[in-house]
Amino acid sequence: MMRFLVPLAIFVVLVGFLVVGLGLKPREVPSPLIGKPAPEFQLRQLHDSDKMLTSKENLGKVWLLNVWASWCVSCRQEHPLLVELAKSGIVPVYGLNYKDQRDDALRWLKQFGNPYTISIVDPEGRTGLDYGVYGVPETYVIDKNGVIRYKQIGPVTVDALQTKILPLVKELQG
Amino acid sequence: MKKFGLLLALMLLLPVSWAKEAAPVAEDPELERRMVTLSEELRCLVCQNETIAASRADFANDVRREIREQMKADKSDKEIVDFLVARYGDFVLYRPPVKSSTFFLWFGPFIFLVIGAIVLFVYLKRRRKQIEEPMLTEQQLKQAESLLKEGKGNNA
Repeated sequence: MMRFLVPLAIFVVLVGFLVVGLGLKPREVPSPLIGKPAPEFQLRQLHDSDKMLTSKENLGKVWLLNVWASWCVSCRQEHPLLVELAKSGIVPVYGLNYKDQRDDALRWLKQFGNPYTISIVDPEGRTGLDYGVYGVPETYVIDKNGVIRYKQIGPVTVDALQTKILPLVKELQG
Repeated sequence: MKKFGLLLALMLLLPVSWAKEAAPVAEDPELERRMVTLSEELRCLVCQNETIAASRADFANDVRREIREQMKADKSDKEIVDFLVARYGDFVLYRPPVKSSTFFLWFGPFIFLVIGAIVLFVYLKRRRKQIEEPMLTEQQLKQAESLLKEGKGNNA
């Protein structure tokens, strides 16, 4: 009896490991910044280049920082969701226009709609580096104390919005 | 023939007039070398099986620029690595540090090796018992002997 049970048990354990392994997403590297204060920035605004926005101005409210670019294909995929979210007024969405051309960025927003309360410009990706951005789009949930609470790597999906982002935002706003 | 000579002269002259000292790839080759050495230890997060030194991804470019700038600002290699780990986690390191979360990564293979060795040892020991010499009765021995003799006779 043991002759068959032991290999079977080993086989089941191996399959278990493989199933878990298949479910992991190596592209989604957990960010060490979660639970840490969001890196400070002072950047020009996309629509009004004379104006700046500093990260400190958003202290006291829960907000989303969405890293986007006109050259980013997956950004189009998540864009309608962001527009809808912005319309609902649940949480303000700020855009970090990452390594983009100003004209392209403005045209893109005109074409697909502008969900952003304010978009700021990071032409050389320096603020992006501070935030640990490596694949656009990425979205950060930042709480009232300016602490990063969640990072969505890749496009925001309906599922991620409903099961993670919105419940977290409500909890943080509470 | 005259034409040919002229052509030959021109052909020989051309490369000489075009030749120029090769421009250095980087402003500071020493710093560039240090940057490459350091970035060979770092993983590109976009194309995860490439180093920052080897990757052509835009991301790797940015990180190389950052490393270069920090080196110019007299930061030590450790400070630069800490800077990147703070933003991208241990995953950027090809040699992750030994700590509780990486314990199995470092020692898992050896644990399995020890388990395997124990299993093998126990198995071999048990098998030795199983194949101990079978005890034969007097009669069986005689029978075997006669069978062997018979075999010899047939072969001869």
